[in-house]
Amino acid sequence: MSKIAKAFEDGKAFIPFLTCGDPDLETTAAAVRAAAENGADLIELGIPFSDPVAEGPVIQNANIRALNGGVTTDLIFDLVRGLRRDVKIPMVFMTYANVVFSRGAEKFISGCAEIGIDGLILPDLPYEEKEEFLPFCRRYGIDLISMIAPTSRDRIAVIAEEAEGFLYIVSSLGVTGERKKIDIDPASMMKTVRENTDIPCAVGFGISTPDQAEKTARFSDGVIAGSAVVRLLEKYGKEAPRYIGEYVRSMKEAVRRV
Amino acid sequence: MTNPKGRFGVHGGQYIPETLMNAVNELDEAYEYYKKDPGFNRELTKLLREYAGRPSRLYYASKMTEDLGGAGIYLKREDLNHTGAHKINNVLGQALLAKKMGKTRLIAETGAGQHGVAAATAAALMGMECVIFMGEEDTVRQALNVYRMKLLGARVVPVRTGTATLKDAVSEAMREWTSRISDTHYCLGSVMGPHPFPAMVRDFQAVISKEIREQILEERGKLPDAVIACVGGGSNAIGSFYHFLKDEEVKLIGCEAAGRGADTFETAAAIAAGRPGIFHGMKSYFCQDRYGQIAPVRSVSAGLDYPGIGPEHAYLHDTGRAQYVPVTDEEAVSAFEYLAKTEGIIAAIESAHAVAHAVKLAPAMNRDQIIVVTISGRGDKDCAAVARYRGEDIHE
Repeated sequence: MSKIAKAFEDGKAFIPFLTCGDPDLETTAAAVRAAAENGADLIELGIPFSDPVAEGPVIQNANIRALNGGVTTDLIFDLVRGLRRDVKIPMVFMTYANVVFSRGAEKFISGCAEIGIDGLILPDLPYEEKEEFLPFCRRYGIDLISMIAPTSRDRIAVIAEEAEGFLYIVSSLGVTGERKKIDIDPASMMKTVRENTDIPCAVGFGISTPDQAEKTARFSDGVIAGSAVVRLLEKYGKEAPRYIGEYVRSMKEAVRRV
Repeated sequence: MTNPKGRFGVHGGQYIPETLMNAVNELDEAYEYYKKDPGFNRELTKLLREYAGRPSRLYYASKMTEDLGGAGIYLKREDLNHTGAHKINNVLGQALLAKKMGKTRLIAETGAGQHGVAAATAAALMGMECVIFMGEEDTVRQALNVYRMKLLGARVVPVRTGTATLKDAVSEAMREWTSRISDTHYCLGSVMGPHPFPAMVRDFQAVISKEIREQILEERGKLPDAVIACVGGGSNAIGSFYHFLKDEEVKLIGCEAAGRGADTFETAAAIAAGRPGIFHGMKSYFCQDRYGQIAPVRSVSAGLDYPGIGPEHAYLHDTGRAQYVPVTDEEAVSAFEYLAKTEGIIAAIESAHAVAHAVKLAPAMNRDQIIVVTISGRGDKDCAAVARYRGEDIHE
């Protein structure tokens, strides 16, 4: 069984995202520990990319801050190796295809397995292109996470059927970022998904408040929040881990109520 | 096996967010249908003739030929098209297709502003809403084109992210497309991005080599020895090469923008200075660092200031069918001045990269040999920038 499945055993899951190295790797390490201690069920670690086409302004800026701070894939692998001594919850990398491709797919993916990464989310790797990395993910036991978008329609069934780890349901059109209102009907997307797989489904893109999290958790297995976490890093810098801990606790409580 | 769709050797593909997949698939289906539709082709041919002014001239540059003392030089005058560049060939095709698909809004990226102007022109002609994304740095370098786009009824959005140039404009247009798909067509300006763009844009630009072939056979009764064009994403180059691909005796040469030199960090030469990567929907060659971070590129030419190259060019490089050479800012600016003085033609600084290579190549060739150089656009837009490059400050 995939280790990621564990994230969905303690009721509805809450999954925070943060960009590694924003503002520095020590803060990332402290933030990950704060999130884990306060009930995060799985953590998405962003490896920054120079041109993140799926991200809104908040996460774009985090990518720029991290890269300007000198963070690299090598340093992030070291960070995770260190975190794995005490952080037990599943962790996945979220980055862009070129970061993996450029390192060499096998080197990157075998490296993930070695440092204790459980999955890989690549927003610019759709179903049609997953063979680029899937053979290596299979060989080294890394779940390649699939995404479903509001525009997926007839693609939902086939994507869901082959999904591994968990299924990432993109709840809004456009890029990442907080939204006052979730304008798509992810509940109906979920219905099609359920007809094709029983893999856990987590919903992200646009979710930031406990209220939104609670509503979303009613029809899904988990909730992902990225920009809201990154905004705390932007605002509090090195002091952010404490606030991230509080935020994660409030979000986990919200999804637990469901 | 990786996705065989839209592959040129190992290059190409569809590396885009899931949100866009149905949009590109619908575009692919629509294009496959309409490219065989006689009505669509009649309409497009009519627009190209009567609106864009095709066929463009193949002009024998006698003074340049004489001055260089080698191969006969012909200039394919895409600069004489309506809107002053080859970009119109592609936008008329895409706008017509978008209209058939029921889209009412065109979005586009632009570097030098030529594609933005062309897209805004097509949108005006076809009664569509138009939004152009342009790097903020380029809006300054090409202020006149910004005004042109506004005059044509388009909204110009300055892009401030990243390096605020062409690649960031592409990223921002992609982001915009993911947020509004149902009524919007992304009119990509070059042979890049996810399938079907590289093949579709090539087909719309292939009219250039179709005409060159007919014109040179008519005038000289034989094929050229070399066809030279500048390459950023590579649309005018692939358009110039396409109908010669099977004629192995015709040398195909793409001129990349080397900026301060392909061996410096201030370059935009994806083949000379880059390596394989995945970006903006395609696998191809990209200027990048060892971790795969896309490099901030540099060229005097806003239109070639892009870190990648279209996937079909990457394939033609791999197979050796085409050759790609770096041309520096200094060489391009000198060629810009040279063509103006020798032939009375102010070519776009992008096209001047191709002229620069012809100047190097021609003297070593025989007088009965033929070089065709594609002048992809006219250079009015570049006069202020070239003046600045030469240390002269003029007001536009």
